[in-house]
This record gives sequence, structure tokens and C-alpha cells, in this order.
Amino acid sequence: MALLIVKDLQAYYRTEIYGISRTVRAVDGVSLELQPNEIYGVAGESSCGKTTLIKVISGSIKNPLKVIGGSVNYQFGPYNVDILNVKQDEMRRNVRWKEISYVMQGSMSVLNPVRQIVKTFEDIVDTHQGIPDHKVFLQQTREHLDRLGLPPDVLNAYPHQLSGGMRQRVAIALATIFNPKLIIADEPTTALDVVVQRGVLQMLKEIQDVSGNTVLLVTHDMAVHANVADRVMIMYAGRIVEEAKTEIIFTAPLHPYTQHLIRSLPAIGDRTGKASLKGTPPNLANPPSGCRFHPRCPLAKDICHTDEPAMIQYGGGHRAACHMIKEETR
Amino acid sequence: MSYTGKLLDVQHVSVLFSIGGIIGGSQLVAVNDISFSLDNAHPEIFTIAGESGSGKTTLSRLLLRDLDPTTGKVFFEGIDLAKVKKGKDFKDFMRQVQPVFQNPFETFNPLRRVEDYLFDTAINFGIAANHKAAEPIVDDALRLVGLSLDEVRTRYPHELSGGQIQRVSVARALIPQPRLILADEPVSMVDASLRMEIVNLFKKLRDEQKVSVLYITHDLATAYYISDRISIMLRGFVVEAGPVDEVLGRPLHPYTQLLKESVPSPMPVHRESWAAHIDLGTTEVKEYGNIGCKFAGRCPKVMDICRKADPPDVEAQGRTVKCYLYS
Repeated sequence: MALLIVKDLQAYYRTEIYGISRTVRAVDGVSLELQPNEIYGVAGESSCGKTTLIKVISGSIKNPLKVIGGSVNYQFGPYNVDILNVKQDEMRRNVRWKEISYVMQGSMSVLNPVRQIVKTFEDIVDTHQGIPDHKVFLQQTREHLDRLGLPPDVLNAYPHQLSGGMRQRVAIALATIFNPKLIIADEPTTALDVVVQRGVLQMLKEIQDVSGNTVLLVTHDMAVHANVADRVMIMYAGRIVEEAKTEIIFTAPLHPYTQHLIRSLPAIGDRTGKASLKGTPPNLANPPSGCRFHPRCPLAKDICHTDEPAMIQYGGGHRAACHMIKEETR
Repeated sequence: MSYTGKLLDVQHVSVLFSIGGIIGGSQLVAVNDISFSLDNAHPEIFTIAGESGSGKTTLSRLLLRDLDPTTGKVFFEGIDLAKVKKGKDFKDFMRQVQPVFQNPFETFNPLRRVEDYLFDTAINFGIAANHKAAEPIVDDALRLVGLSLDEVRTRYPHELSGGQIQRVSVARALIPQPRLILADEPVSMVDASLRMEIVNLFKKLRDEQKVSVLYITHDLATAYYISDRISIMLRGFVVEAGPVDEVLGRPLHPYTQLLKESVPSPMPVHRESWAAHIDLGTTEVKEYGNIGCKFAGRCPKVMDICRKADPPDVEAQGRTVKCYLYS
């Protein structure tokens, strides 16, 4: 039973200023399923719609973002939630932070700089569950930190007194306090150094291992996916171009964009020339016709300019959308 | 006649910052007795790598003359930089050492066209007398980075992609025809897919324009890819320095070993070993305060002596390493 089913989701930003309307098609026809107990990686360059996708599946849809079509359904045990139609009150009481939580990119801007960490824990627990007994709350919070291997004295610290890695681990501790079924981690380690990044991702993986929840890990760093994710999905210009098990994505990628992403990764011990993709990321207010990757694609043919490639299954959960694969493999 | 010795010669430089008040305050040695030099005749890419809070940026501010060393001397083409304060000398120095900063969207004013920066640089450094004369110079610089004036003209920063605008900052740095480009984390804000574009550009500048590049980064994978020599910094000290093949290929210092091991491999083949548990350091200030080797608190091979005095610089296997294990 899938934890989350997203079907043909279209989420656009629509703005109208002085009578000029503009539509940015940030997520355009995305379908995916998240299984319980897995780490699902989402990769893609900035402005490919990763963050918009997260906004919709976490139920934070605010103007000018509008869901034009598709559905987003969660199945938390017997409890079914249609995120596009759920009442905000129910969302806050039962879903947000209890079932779906969110680890954001810059932990410095997540934690209030003038409040001790314990106060932030208090805010979150109070909002979603209520604190009838403060002593019990403190006891539980300490136990939670202890399970994650964080020293209890971070509770009394202010954010600026902690190092970047510690702050990010506190942000993960905050996100996991109710043991949610889904943890959405949006670029959790992008601003961190390699050693700290490794420590933070290890902690996330350990939590996932112990509690068996699902982690949606969004990052543009393919090397992180290679080491952490179970499955990887590649987004380009608001669409899914390829999805497969991590092993397969890295050893037998089918889509030219994925192939480029993997080939261009630098590694210690490898000094062969690494090319970068020509051209610029497409403007989603006016995306290219046909396959959205065609202006930058080394394999592009006439059909790519006119026809949108269909998503095709290649067995073992491997799917990709590209006209050129058909010719090569069939 | 040009000076033929060292392009840049940093001799035993230290920078001290005071924390807290005069009474009861403490001192933080952000850069601790660092020496290195760049050769004048052979342009190279020299990397300074380390985690945040290792003193990399302090060192770059020092080389840009934004900060004076507390002790030690920096020579640029044989001239003591402590004597280069203002006026023509300083301008001349600025012309030869050009910076490229981390976040291109912060470097450029969002309300100003990017070309204005290029023309300003050309005119202020006396490369061109007026706007019209500057045009071919600006265009040439942009062509070196794979752009052209026509592509950039009348554009504002938000109209260019992250990779493009970072290339414009490199083009701007090239206009005064510098001898040295100081790039402080130039790719950390750029998307992974566009990163190689900037990194390849530095390679091209070294090979074709004979410009030396001081590449300051925490990304060891790109550092290995482009640099000739590398210095690994930890809490103000250089713990290991030498040719990049030696230092990153066969690291000796336990800290370099940890760093190399922590770089996620771009293939899912080392998942198990990468997931081996590591201890993270406490806050930066605490490690700065350690007596002896700053890494002692996290080092798997720590000995008693490591906590007593600073380790010596040891010449071993083609590089310098600051560790008691090799003395």
C-alpha cells in the first residue's frame, strides 16, 4: 500500500499585475508513488519545480500557487487524506508535523534567533498536540534528543551558539518529534561542509532505519543521492524525466539529462574532462515545445521539437520520458 | 622588467581576533602561521580547502588587503603589501589581484545592469578611456568566458542563470588583466549541473591566459579536478599541503583522510563505508580554543602529545603535514 499517490499533478503560479497575467508551469503533469519505509530522492537543477512539488504535497498551497489538475492522496494506516481538499484545521491537528514533517534548507532561518531551542520545541508540541504537563514535555523532549544522539544542553542554547551541523540536526529533531510517516527534507545539507553533511545525513538515515518512515530527500547533489536514496527521481522543467532504483539510475541511466548529470560529477581520483550542459535552464513561463529538454539535448531530433515524449516503463520500476530511448533499445 | 621570483609569497602570516571585552576576553587565532607561495613564471591553480570556520575567508580577505595580518608578511611580486596602502600603488595592486565571490546574485546589484559593472571596471582601472573604447575590451573578456556583449547588454542579474552570471563575474575580474584571481567559493551557490562550467573556465584561464587562480573551497571533488597544489586548513592551521595528487590521492593527516572519506562518491558503491558513524566537532570556537592539535578531539589516532603542543610541520612523501604521526 503506497503512502502517497500523486496523479498527474499540475501546479501553476498565476499572477496578474496591471491586467498582465503570467503563468509559470512549475509542476506540469507529475505522477509518483511513495512507499512506506524508503528514502526517495528528488534531483534537478534550481527552478525545475522541486520546491513547488514539495509545497503541494505538504499541503502548503498559497496564492499565487494554484493546483490546476491532478490529485494528491495520503494513506496513513487506515486514515486517508486528500491533501487538496482537506480542511486547514484538520490538517493542523492530525496531519502536519504528526504525519508529514518538513526539514528546511537553512536551519539558521528556521530557528528563531532570539529564543532558546527548547522554546521552539514547545511551540511545535503545543500547536500540534498541546502541553498539559510541562515536566512530561521536557522529559519526552530530552529522551527524543537522547535517541538521536544530541546532547540535552542544546535545549538551553540559542541558535547562534550552535554550529551549522548541530543546528541542522536540531531541525531534524524538531521534524521527527511526533515520529511522522513522511519526512520531507528540502536540501537539508546544501550549505554544509562535507564532514558535517555526512553526519547530518547519517542521522537522517538512522532515524529512517529505526522508525521505518519515508523520507523525501530533495537535493541537486547527485552524489548525496548515490549514497543515501533508495530510489531517485529526476525532474526537469516541471516534469519527471526519469525514475528508478538508485543503483540503476547511476549505472544505466536512460534519459540524456540523467546521463549528463551523472557524467558531469567530479570525483577525487578522476581528472577526465567534465563537460557542462550547454544552454540555460528553461523559463517555465514559456517552456520549450515538445520535449522540454530538446534545446539542450545532444541527441535531439525533429520529433523532440514537436512531440511531448510519453513516460514509458522499462521494468523494475524504471521509467523515463524520451523519444530517443525507444530507437536505441527497441 | 618584471619581477621574476614569486608572484605571491605569504610568509608566516597570523591573524588574531579578540572575542569579548578587553578584560576577560579571549583571542581567536583565525589564521595561524601560514606560509605558501605562487610561482611567477608558471601559472597554477592553488586550492585552499577546509570546512567553514577554518580561516579560509580570513585568509582571502587578507590577500585582498581588506585585513592586515597581525604578524607575518605578504609579498606580491616582491612588494611588501603592508606598504601598499592607498593611491596609485594600491590601485595597481587591485588591478593585478581580482576577486570572484561566492554568490553572484549578491555580488551584483539587482537594480543595475550587469554590463555597467564591466564598463566601470574597465574605466576605473584605466584600461579604457571612455565607454566607447571599453566596448571591445568588455566584449573580449566576455568572449573568454563563453559569452558576448550582445548577450549580456541591457540585462539585469535576474535575467541570467546562476552559471551565466558567475561567468560574468569572472569576465569582470579578467578586464584589468590580472595576474591572480582569488575565487572564494565560486561554485558553492551554483547548481551542480552548471558547476563544471565555472570550474572548466578556471582551467582555461590558467592554460590560455596564464592567470594564476587561488581557489578557496570546501568542495574537494572540484578541487581535485582543477588544482595543481592544495592546502587543507583546519581551525586556522594548514594541516596538509602539497601537490593535489599526493594530498588527496594518498592523504596522510587524519583530518584530510576524514575529509576525503566524507566526500560522497558519485556512484552508489561506497554506501556502507560512507554510512560508518563519525563524530562531529563541537562548536567552532571550542575547537579553536584547543591546546595542541585542533583535531585531537576527533582524531581516531590521537596520542597524549597531541593535546600538549602544536604538532610540527613534517616533510613526508612529497608534501608537508602537520601531525605527530609522521615526526
